[in-house]
This record gives sequence, structure tokens and C-alpha cells, in this order.
Amino acid sequence: MLSSFLQYEFLRNALYTGLLIGFIGPLLGTFVVVRRLSLIADALSHVTLSGIAFGLMLDKKFGVGISPFYAGMSFSVIGSVFIEQLRRVYKAYQELAIPIILSGGVGLSVIFISMADGFNTDLFNYLFGSVTAVSRQDLWTILIVAILVTSLIALFYKELFMLSFDEEHAVVSGIHARRIHFLFIVLTALVIAASIRIVGVLLVSALMTLPVAASIRIARGFKQAILLSIVFGEVSVISGLIFGYYFEIPPGGTIVLTSILILLVTILVKQVIQRTRTKRVKA
Amino acid sequence: MTTPVLSIENVSYSYEQKDVLEHIDFTIQPGSFVGLVGPNGSGKTTLIKLILGLLHQKRGDIRLFGKSIDKFKEWDRIGFVSQKANSFNSGFPATVYEVVSMGLTSKVGYFRFFKKKHEEKIKEAVDLVGMSDYIHQNIGDLSGGQQQRIFIARALVSEPEFLILDEPTVGVDTENVHRFYKMLRDLNKNKGITLLLVTHDIGTMTSYASDIACLNKQIHFHGDPESFNDLNDQDLSNIYGHPVNAVTHDH
Repeated sequence: MLSSFLQYEFLRNALYTGLLIGFIGPLLGTFVVVRRLSLIADALSHVTLSGIAFGLMLDKKFGVGISPFYAGMSFSVIGSVFIEQLRRVYKAYQELAIPIILSGGVGLSVIFISMADGFNTDLFNYLFGSVTAVSRQDLWTILIVAILVTSLIALFYKELFMLSFDEEHAVVSGIHARRIHFLFIVLTALVIAASIRIVGVLLVSALMTLPVAASIRIARGFKQAILLSIVFGEVSVISGLIFGYYFEIPPGGTIVLTSILILLVTILVKQVIQRTRTKRVKA
Repeated sequence: MTTPVLSIENVSYSYEQKDVLEHIDFTIQPGSFVGLVGPNGSGKTTLIKLILGLLHQKRGDIRLFGKSIDKFKEWDRIGFVSQKANSFNSGFPATVYEVVSMGLTSKVGYFRFFKKKHEEKIKEAVDLVGMSDYIHQNIGDLSGGQQQRIFIARALVSEPEFLILDEPTVGVDTENVHRFYKMLRDLNKNKGITLLLVTHDIGTMTSYASDIACLNKQIHFHGDPESFNDLNDQDLSNIYGHPVNAVTHDH
């Protein structure tokens, strides 16, 4: 099954991109989930959509050739800065930032899409992901994002970990909580924009949260949680891409369904283990 | 004369119009184990926040190890265990080892990584609180009392000379509270760590601490537990503003 993925260049691009996002999505996703910020990924993906729509609109209306992919990435990063500002304004209602940014993103998208004369295949690919739409240039961009994200997380791992576990304690110990958090949210925006080519706007947050949801059920410790999330993420992306290609379904759908399958299996396995353990204690 | 670990002179603090602390004078000598007791709303937590530099006093002078708090930079000499330590997200996937390692994060510093010697220190701190058997367990799987020991280990791993604990026994059952206080007394005696423990549990405190201080906006009493126990009910209710029964435990 894999042979055609190695044979054709466009499939190779998709496969390599998939391997990269299957790594960085769950890597950053672990921090996102434990900080209870899962919904921020959704808000940012919709802001990314408005950027993509903006790029498509510019191209169609004015013939300005900005890649929708880069436009999406810039919007995503700007959106993340707005979320931080809003969270500071609404200190007691920090979750409000998410619906504000999410609806803002959808609202802008609707306007740009209709200005670009409605839906087309390009937009469909961005919404649900695509096996065939990844260009060589996209792959290079995503590789750079992946290297940047991975090295920054490695560099600030201990600070990010501390901030995720107990923000007050981090502040008392002299960690620059605000700066580290800002770095974290911008990295999240980049990862989301990078993943959209394969998974699509509507399902990108799933790639960051579902593998983590499965791993925290069974992991011992944070490093193991990250490692297992990445394993689950890669398995979902690869099998999702292969199934998507052979059944001609956008890979977003197949990747998410594989993740959910993994999640169900881990929940089941954990329950079985717990049951046998209590039985052993009773006996 | 040795430099006091903490000296507070004539410090007052108010939130908007409400006075929380009035003319506090308070000194802690190295090697002492001070129990700071007071009713709810007596300003205990505010005082701790001032000492940790989380709030800034408007009047008076706070000195840590002889240095004015505005200029104090050696925060790794001070360890802090907060009241909130037991309200963390219990589903967080972190092992005991990982939690304790956080105590070294700022000491190791930005752009640097944990080394072998740090690993040794983390293991020592976990051993010191008697939790070595649990080092690779998830923190959420431990009992409240065990979790609190881990947070002590996190504070101890950077080898502080002065350890501040804000209501550390909230949510810990009575039997483990005594075990916990004994562990603190051992740290104080064997390692020479100066302790400041904030609590509303007067009774237990008097059997372990070397000094008792009573706070209710002002410091009403500061002395050894024996003279504290000699205070009559009238004195105590003056401090608390209502009658109290101080139950003492002998060990």
C-alpha cells in the first residue's frame, strides 16, 4: 500500500508533511491539553481559515499572488496575540477570548469567501485536508516550522512544564510566566497553520487533542505522555493518509476517526487493567 | 549577633480602604521553627505575600537575610509551599520525580538543561520526605498527605535556608498531620532549616514549634509555646475577637 506513496512526488510530499505534523501537533498538544486550553486550537484554526480565505480572495479579485497558506499562518499568529490580549482584559472570564476569536474568524472567513465568489476546490481542500494538495514548497515551510517548534520546546521545556503544572508557583520561583506563555501561544498558532494542509481547518484541533486524550489515560509522567501522544499522532496520520488516498476521502476525516479508535482502545485497555488489578487486590 | 533570616519593621498594608496589617514588627532568627497562627482574615496570607515579594508594602521595612526586600535577589535561599499546592489539577500526568524537578527550574536557569548532579539532588529530596518508593508514580495517584510531602520536597530540592509553608495541612487527615509536623521538626533540627509555618491549627502547632506568633492585623504575641500555653482564655479571645479553646496535644 505504501509503494505508491514512495513512487509519486505529490504523495511523498503528503507523507513527509504528515510525519512532521503527526510529531509537532501532539508534542505541543500535550501542553495545550494539560493547561485546559484545548478550545484555543479551535479558535485559532478558524482564524487561520479567515487568512486562507483572504489569500484566495486577493488572488481572485486583484490577482495578488500571496499564498493562502502563508496568509493563513500570519492570521493565526495575529489571532493568538489577540487571544492573549483578551484573556488579560477579561481576567475573571478568560475562556471568553475563545468564542470571541472563533466567531471573529468565522465572520471574516464568510466575508472573504463570498468576496472570492464562494467555494471552490481549493477552499474545500483547506477545510477538510488533502492528500494531493501539498506542494514541495509547503513541505519546506512545514519542515522549517517543525524544526523551530521542536527546538524552542526543547529549549524551554522545563519552564513550559512548570508553567503548565502550577502557574503561581512558577511566578514565585521567578519564571517570566507572561513571556513563556506568549511563546507557547505563538507556537500553537504556527503548528495549527502548518497542519491545516493535511488535516483541514475543521479537524486540526483534533490532531492536537485526541492523541493526548488517549495518552494521558495510560502515561506515567509528562515525558511519557508526550512520547505516547506522538506515537498515537503518527499512527493516526499515516493510516489516515493511506486510507484517505485509497478510498478517495479527505484525510482529515480518516485521521480523526483513527485517533478516536485509538482513544477508545486505550480507555478500554485501562479499564480492563484496573479491573484485573482490583480483583488481584481482593484475592 | 547573627543576622535574622527575616526582619519586619513597622509594616502596614491595606487593600483599598481596608487595613489588613497594622504596624507589624516581627523577627525570625536562624534555626527557629515559627508557627504563625491567627483567625481567618487576620492577614496571614497577606503577610506571606509581602515576604515573598508578591505584594509590596506601602510602609515599613522588610529584610530577608539582612537585605531589603526590594534589592533581594537570592530567591533560591527561600522555599515556599503554598496552600494551593493541594488544589492542582490531579489528572496532570507528572511523576513525583518530575514535580520535584520543578523546584530546580529557576536555579538551573534559562537555556540550560538538567544534569546528573541535579538528578541526584532530586532523588535526595524525595528520599528526605520518605517518598522514594513512589518516585515514578503519578502525583495524582497519591493521597493528600503524600502529595503535600512531594511539594515539600519540591521546595527543599533547591536547598533553601528558609522554608515558608502556608496552611500546608489543609485536606490532610489528622494522623498524617502529626507525621507531617514531625518531618518538619526533623528538617529543622537535623538540617538547620529555618521554618515559618502559617496555620489556624493552634493546638498541634504548640507541640512542635520553637516559637509561636499570633497575628490578627497586629502581632499580638510572639514567644515560646510554653508561655503561649500560659495565656488565659481571656487573652486568646482578645486576639481572636471571640472565645476559643486551644486544644493542646502532648507528644
